[in-house]
Amino acid sequence: MTTEAPPKGELRPIVPYLALGNTRDEDYLFGSRCTNCGTLYVGPRLFCGKCSGEGPFETVRFSKEGEVYVWSIIHQSVPWVKVPYIAAVIDLPEGVSVNANIEGIEPKPENLKFGMKVKMFTEVVSQDADGNQYVGYKFRPA
Amino acid sequence: MREVAIIGVSMIKFGRYPDRKVEELAARAALDALKDAGVEMKQVQALYSGNLYQTSGSGQRILQQMGQTGIPVVNVANACATGSTAFREAYFAVASGAYDIVLAVGSEQMGKQGLLGAPRDPATSIEGRIGSYLMPAVFGMAGMEHMRKYGTTQEQFALASVKNHWHSTMNPLAQYQKETPLDEVMNSRVVAYPNTLLMCCPTGDGAAAAVLCSMEKARQFTTQPIKIAASVLTSDPYTDRDLTLPDINTLTRNAAKQAYEMAGIGPEDLDQVELHDCFATAELLHYENLGLCGEGEAAKHIASGAPWLGNKVPTKYEEDVAPFVDKTYQPKTKAVVNVSGGLLSKGHPLGATGVANIAEIVWHLRGQAGARQVEGAKVGLAHVIGLCSACTIHILQR
Repeated sequence: MTTEAPPKGELRPIVPYLALGNTRDEDYLFGSRCTNCGTLYVGPRLFCGKCSGEGPFETVRFSKEGEVYVWSIIHQSVPWVKVPYIAAVIDLPEGVSVNANIEGIEPKPENLKFGMKVKMFTEVVSQDADGNQYVGYKFRPA
Repeated sequence: MREVAIIGVSMIKFGRYPDRKVEELAARAALDALKDAGVEMKQVQALYSGNLYQTSGSGQRILQQMGQTGIPVVNVANACATGSTAFREAYFAVASGAYDIVLAVGSEQMGKQGLLGAPRDPATSIEGRIGSYLMPAVFGMAGMEHMRKYGTTQEQFALASVKNHWHSTMNPLAQYQKETPLDEVMNSRVVAYPNTLLMCCPTGDGAAAAVLCSMEKARQFTTQPIKIAASVLTSDPYTDRDLTLPDINTLTRNAAKQAYEMAGIGPEDLDQVELHDCFATAELLHYENLGLCGEGEAAKHIASGAPWLGNKVPTKYEEDVAPFVDKTYQPKTKAVVNVSGGLLSKGHPLGATGVANIAEIVWHLRGQAGARQVEGAKVGLAHVIGLCSACTIHILQR
């Protein structure tokens, strides 16, 4: 009988506002709504930077569909990032914005439009020395 | 609060000084400012030292170089607004009546470090994986927001680089003194669209200093005291996307409004502005944020010639600028912008920048700015913004 190698590490979200499901299709971004003033934040919050309230905060699950608010094409980056790539601010229908990479199109200005519709997907983007894998979210044209 | 004057300023030439310690650069600037003021170290009652990367003890290390008199030292860090925040603390110390003569020094040694704030752990870093948080991306996207709202083009942003690099050829203390016509700016490699390399400020080393004195005592030292007519500091208020894409506009607008009120003037009264052009995109945004032109008019404003030395695009660049000129546009201010060369060419050693801006304005108000002198300058504004986020505005008058 052969013994299976123990699992090397865990699967972790690379940002605290990405919830992992059993499959990558079930992953989603979430935020927190201040029940005092209604302000919606990306990710978990203890306090409200707008009304100084101490919560409680209501967890809000975000849609996968979004619109490109602004974008840039990054040609110079840290060593582990392949350039050029598209960095963008994506507006989500719930009324918040997130930073993200856009993939699935050539990183050229003529391929990008303000307000273009994009859809989120997730995948493993890195691994640490202990074998833990990190899942990131990205967007591609819808 | 009583009136405060600047009676001495200095800056060392910005650049790279790998064989010097940062406190040596700062001590040079401090001694030069004291000399300029005719003040001796033993007359200085407190030191406000701005330094971002080596904040703790930065001021004490300066005094260990040039004057260990035992005075109180306050070390300040406030992102790119570090030097100007130290200056503002010095201002309040005199305005409150606590001290008559104080010294503000800004210094930084960045070496050849690029891409500020780049993270070190590749596995868990979100940089480049969840968009980009580095300054070129942030200011690139801030420019894209202006493009989205008003149709501003990459070339129009690039004009700020053409102008400021031209200005710097007249500033012997600038890190670079090289003209860059529009095609050169546009053809340099892209760092983060729409900013090309020549649309990004360099990193570097530098130091600048200012001696502040109560107005009542200032006349003992100089016939040309420069009045600090406004000193304002703001942070970023809550706005919709600020936590995702730092909002560099709202806190500057808030600061400008307060500064104009405090000084009792408006943008139309300004002769000169040194604003925070860390990237070419930022310069155009701040024209509107500081009220130098109306909403969406920044590109027309730079093409009008108003912010160029002499309020006119020099003949050699007329062809570059011609496609963007709107003959019906009437500039409401003749404030020359970044005649020092700006951060884009004078350089941006973080902690030094805010004090160097003050020095630049003082030289113009005294008529000591040489080839780049803004003729008859009476009122100048110095603006600095640091991310995550701090904005200072100082208005100086002769």
